[in-house]
Amino acid sequence: MPIGIKDKVAILGMGCSKFGERWDASPEDLMVEAYNEAMADAGISPEQLDAAWFSTHMDDVGTGRGGTPMGIALRLPNIGVTRVENFCAGGSEAIRAAVYAVAAGACDIAIALGVEKLKDTGYGGLPVSAVGTYIPQWYPNAVAPANFAQLASAYQRKHNVDPALLKRAIARVSIKSHANGAKNPKAHFRQAVTEEQVLKAPIIAEPLGLYDCAGVSDGAAAVIVTRPEIARSLGKRDLVTFKALQVAVSNGWEMHSNEWDGSYVHTARIAARKAYAEAGITNPAAEVSMTEVHDCFSITELVTMEDLGLSGEGEAVRDFLDGKFDADGAIPCQIDGGLKCFGHPIGASGIRMLYEMYLQLQGRAGPRQLKDPKIGLTHNLGGQPSQNVCSVSIVGREGV
Amino acid sequence: MTAGITGYGSYIPRLRLSRQAVAQANAWYAPQFAGRKGTRSMANWDEDSITMAVAAARDCLGAGDERGHIRSVQLVSSTLPFAERLNAGVVCEALTLEEGVEALDMGGSPSAALSAVIGAMDRVNARGGDALVIATDHRKTRAASSQELDYGDGAAALTIGSGNVIAEYLGGATLTVDFVDHFRMAGEEIDYHWEERWVRDEGIGKIGPRAIASALQKAGVEAGSIDHFIFPTTFAKMDAQLAKACGIRAEAIADSLAATVGETGTPHALLMLAAVLERAQPGQHILLAQFGGGAQAIVLRVTPAIQAFRPARGVSGWLARGVEEKNYTKFLSFREQLRLERGMRGEQDRKTALSTAYRHRAAILGLVAGRCEVTGAVHFPPSRISYDQGKPLQDTQKPHKLAERRGQVLSWSAESLSFHRAPPHQYGQVDFEGGGRILMEFTDVAKGDVASGTEVEMSFRIKDIDELRGFTRYFWKATPVASGADTTASKE
Repeated sequence: MPIGIKDKVAILGMGCSKFGERWDASPEDLMVEAYNEAMADAGISPEQLDAAWFSTHMDDVGTGRGGTPMGIALRLPNIGVTRVENFCAGGSEAIRAAVYAVAAGACDIAIALGVEKLKDTGYGGLPVSAVGTYIPQWYPNAVAPANFAQLASAYQRKHNVDPALLKRAIARVSIKSHANGAKNPKAHFRQAVTEEQVLKAPIIAEPLGLYDCAGVSDGAAAVIVTRPEIARSLGKRDLVTFKALQVAVSNGWEMHSNEWDGSYVHTARIAARKAYAEAGITNPAAEVSMTEVHDCFSITELVTMEDLGLSGEGEAVRDFLDGKFDADGAIPCQIDGGLKCFGHPIGASGIRMLYEMYLQLQGRAGPRQLKDPKIGLTHNLGGQPSQNVCSVSIVGREGV
Repeated sequence: MTAGITGYGSYIPRLRLSRQAVAQANAWYAPQFAGRKGTRSMANWDEDSITMAVAAARDCLGAGDERGHIRSVQLVSSTLPFAERLNAGVVCEALTLEEGVEALDMGGSPSAALSAVIGAMDRVNARGGDALVIATDHRKTRAASSQELDYGDGAAALTIGSGNVIAEYLGGATLTVDFVDHFRMAGEEIDYHWEERWVRDEGIGKIGPRAIASALQKAGVEAGSIDHFIFPTTFAKMDAQLAKACGIRAEAIADSLAATVGETGTPHALLMLAAVLERAQPGQHILLAQFGGGAQAIVLRVTPAIQAFRPARGVSGWLARGVEEKNYTKFLSFREQLRLERGMRGEQDRKTALSTAYRHRAAILGLVAGRCEVTGAVHFPPSRISYDQGKPLQDTQKPHKLAERRGQVLSWSAESLSFHRAPPHQYGQVDFEGGGRILMEFTDVAKGDVASGTEVEMSFRIKDIDELRGFTRYFWKATPVASGADTTASKE
């Protein structure tokens, strides 16, 4: 087991644009918005940045390919800018690269920034994108809602859950996120919803209705990282440090063998196990104060609680109905509204999750501030349940 | 041993368009169809002459996937999707026939199917092996035309060989006469028809009896001893008139399937034959005649071996599987005669990389997976490295056919977001008997037909239509096995 990155790297500053249908903003504007806030928070000038990692998913719309869109939009001082793309987990990958560069000593200060400009595509939901020349010849012209909805059919069968009960439990997932998002001025969706609204919404992909699906948004988020001693030398106190950064990627076992039962995300369990080990966490449900998970769909959040070990096998339905993950529950989840309500500008989402953990750990989360959180976990999933990239990151107060 | 029929199969699409629904939709314009009853078969949007041919051939060849005995394939149709590209080649790949098979596209007249049968008899007699003759049609008709109501979609297949013959070929006759009852120029989509009375009296009434008499004479069989008379026609009582003119008993006239299926064109004589053979008794004589470009007739005698042969599903099975369709606009839309709004997701480019398609043709067209010889695990698509956790083996996979294996749905969903010609778009993970898993589309399903655990079988279908370049690509889809018992009205 490698010694890991626990407490080797600290967050120097973060920024996040307002998410939503940003008809007023270009991708460059969104980048500037997140970058300005992060730089002001860090209290550094551009010359102090040693390297940048840039996450954006869709290169055929929005920003374009390579590292130049970020370098040019932010007029960076000719430092290396590397584009990172790993489906919806790209933001977490950009963080990982920046953190590793700092931990290695190759950089003193590095920035990771993610951006996505989806609302110029004309699509409601994610745009259609190309997947090579072979896959389209046999693979269904599938969309994300139906790929994730399949978790529900398999989960229901495995745990023998009454479909109506499961539908109510996933409704609770969204009701909770809407309640949280309403308190977040940067969130895409800021209105509370009722159970009746959620249950009666039009079906997008059986059994998921409109409110079971995350918003598709424009937005950007940025994080500046450095070594703790440098942060302290720059006058920072109460540091938030990285405890674990783990990524697990499918190898075809779920998709092509007959062993996976379709009711959970295999890579999430592996990434979580490794992240807990790296962070030295032995009892996640007791030690993790709060989470931001990849709630692209309500059912994803539900099974993720079991994958992360925060719910027992088959117990997530009951836990959600009991409010375990509500803002005033045992382990609050999506305190900022999550993908569901903060929004999901793909390349930025992993960094947006970290942004909320950072604000909460620094006591800067305003009306949604939790009481004395110590450890925060982000779970960022790209692809689909049967074939994906899963990132689990853990941050916390220095020394905790 | 001389050549004869050794097997038969058929295919009738699941949807049956209600003629009343068509008549009512068009009543303002064509009130003359108000009294039309029954249904006609209607291909799903993802079916064409190639996919139906594959289905009929599978019905004939049965569940086994060892098909090395087939030495030639004749694909007969007036509606083959490709004018340039061997359509029979697609069928051969889908059936995973050996590369050494001779394959040929034929067509041009409804009588081409019987020509192919006669040709196949000659081929088998000359060179041995078994021949597969498949006839199939998916014809476009003008809205509010009588053909729209009379025609149907379907396919039929025969194997011709010299061992275990179930119907001996006693003789046949061909008359080639350029009698143009209907025509369609190259590049056109819809047939043009001449007056019915002229076709009846001057065409069928005069040319038909000559071909039939000649065939009976060559076969050495009296007209009166014909037990099953097969003559496809859309003209009311034309079969009876022809039988009477030829001295064939009225009770020998075979059911035209007009009430349920309609007249399917090139395959129709063989489709009727497939229905007749399901109940024919040893020693009975069958006369098939077909009008078009002149006339064709062949005479068969059923042997005791008939009792040992059953098609996989058969005409009766396909008929039982039918679901009445009352949405006339669905029919028009499936035939691209009504352009429905598709939304932005319908703009997606469906370009096919032909080099990729060729490299993976066994997987795509034949649904051939790779089975690891060490662990027995089945991989689709086949790969050099197996997925076995912790011990990835290399280059251990051997071809493993999945098309004739059943599967079970692991997980599924039905969504209304993507562009799909028959929404909701349903797909899910299917686990195959004997191993293998594919995330695949479901077809011939209504909402509620699929659940986790549903048993499915494979169907060769259109995957995508590239309208920009005019190219159709094919793959396999899953359809519930239980749909065979569903005879209720369409829930779609």
